[in-house]
Amino acid sequence: MARIRDIAQICKSKNAGPFAVTIDVLFEDHALYQRVKATGVLNAALFSRLYGVAEADVLFTPYDAASAFKATLPRLVPAGDIGDTDVYGAQQHAPLLDVDIPLDAA
Amino acid sequence: MEEFRMLSTSGILGYGYAEESLKIGMSWQPHVIGCDGGSTDPGPYYLGAGKSFCSRLSVKRDLRLMLMAAVAAKIPCIIGTSGGAGGEPHLQDTATLVREIAKEEGLTFKMALIHSEQSADSLVERVNAGLSRPLAKMKPLDEDTIRRATRIVGMMGPEPFMKALDNGAQVILAGRSSDPAQWAGPAIRAGMAPAPSWYAGKMLECGAEPTVPKEPDCIFLRVRNDHIVCEPPNPIRRSTPLAVANFALHENSSPIHHVEPGGLLDTSACTFTAINDRAVKVDGMTWQPAEQYTIKLEGVEQVGYRAMTVCGTRDPVLISQIDSYLETHRDKVATKAASFGVQPDKYKMVVRTYGKNGVMAGWEPETEIRSHELGFVVEVVGQTQDIANAVLAMARTSMLHADFPGRLCKEGNMAFPFSPSDIEMGPLFRFSVYHVVAPADPFEMFPIEYETV
Repeated sequence: MARIRDIAQICKSKNAGPFAVTIDVLFEDHALYQRVKATGVLNAALFSRLYGVAEADVLFTPYDAASAFKATLPRLVPAGDIGDTDVYGAQQHAPLLDVDIPLDAA
Repeated sequence: MEEFRMLSTSGILGYGYAEESLKIGMSWQPHVIGCDGGSTDPGPYYLGAGKSFCSRLSVKRDLRLMLMAAVAAKIPCIIGTSGGAGGEPHLQDTATLVREIAKEEGLTFKMALIHSEQSADSLVERVNAGLSRPLAKMKPLDEDTIRRATRIVGMMGPEPFMKALDNGAQVILAGRSSDPAQWAGPAIRAGMAPAPSWYAGKMLECGAEPTVPKEPDCIFLRVRNDHIVCEPPNPIRRSTPLAVANFALHENSSPIHHVEPGGLLDTSACTFTAINDRAVKVDGMTWQPAEQYTIKLEGVEQVGYRAMTVCGTRDPVLISQIDSYLETHRDKVATKAASFGVQPDKYKMVVRTYGKNGVMAGWEPETEIRSHELGFVVEVVGQTQDIANAVLAMARTSMLHADFPGRLCKEGNMAFPFSPSDIEMGPLFRFSVYHVVAPADPFEMFPIEYETV
């Protein structure tokens, strides 16, 4: 087992427009990326569970060219509206860091 | 043309860059220099208030060096999304800075101002003609929403930049523009293929972001027939395949489909190759022209007025029952506000609890508080500034003095770091328009004015 925080080189979040937050996980080693991808752990259902967002609202895209996974979710509160806590959406990645990837089984 | 070269000085005009980076970049003989002036990222306030999120001093510093370099090299200097949000006040403030600098430095040039603020009447006409559709989960655009909006801008594509260049402008200040458009425009006009031109624009729009170490600074792009090469002028930085790939994901909902006014940039088949230890080649991008040219609209409306205060507690008894304390606090504020005539429907209060879920709110998976202290940001939004201030003052007093079971800290529950403790934040805006419209052509929504500075 390996946690994202121990195997990925980049794990980050940011606005994708005022109504969505996009979360990226990147690997420097393309072979490792392929192994992570093969486990199938990173998918729309995982983001749906971690963030409590309907799975149909998660746009999940593996991006082989960049050895990266991207998930885009609708924000709970639009950027800067009453009750927003993160106008830039830059600190919404943490729940992903502890996700365990069963690399041994891959 | 075999190669078209472009130099972007920073992520946002006013974020700064090393003067030496500009000098080195200019020695690589760019055909155009520029900088993106803005973003919706800092939130709806700046578009609504007509203000910049960068300081006048820092923007003037960045602009001065760029204008002097461009005039000396006889190349265009282009600023996209001027003044942060690209509305009319933002564009005019930036133009004023350019005129000041020109006077101070004895520079002269032809300048184009490309306007992007849209009149309510023109938008109502477009909407009534059925030429709009919503983005994200917005409702279809209607006349009420348009007329309620404080300000609406259209996001221009590359064509108005090309037209301004055709008409001899050396300095171009644009209102709201799609981030890559100010770069794709000159590259396409020079005869380069759309796909690498757009891709170069995406690399240039945030300055030295596709480098390590990643900080606001210059980036240099070479657009060639079927690929681009990305390299930072500053010798302390390097573009690496990881840094460039990382940036390819930046602020887009999809990493492979990038929707632009006249088409779609598809990056699914891109490859990132290091050509040496500090430059990266990207190829494999494709461009699919759209059947219908579309312009994205961004607009904000005023919600009310905001006031806030900051405080913290170090009391373990209070921390152990913080949820029930905040519920009691909310009730006390409601009762006291009603006593001076402000009913609960006249304001909204939000208390962010740092050390608990102040960063992620409803998305925070951790339920246990492990911190020995908690910080609070208390926000009140009212229909008027007076209401916001009055309720906030009561919320602050109640945070300090409300009783709770087992209370030992009888003189006060909170540490307030400042006097005055209450901060008036003025009008609060929210994004209310996030739609696309179909113009008759890429120019009609973006009139261009020329002047000799």
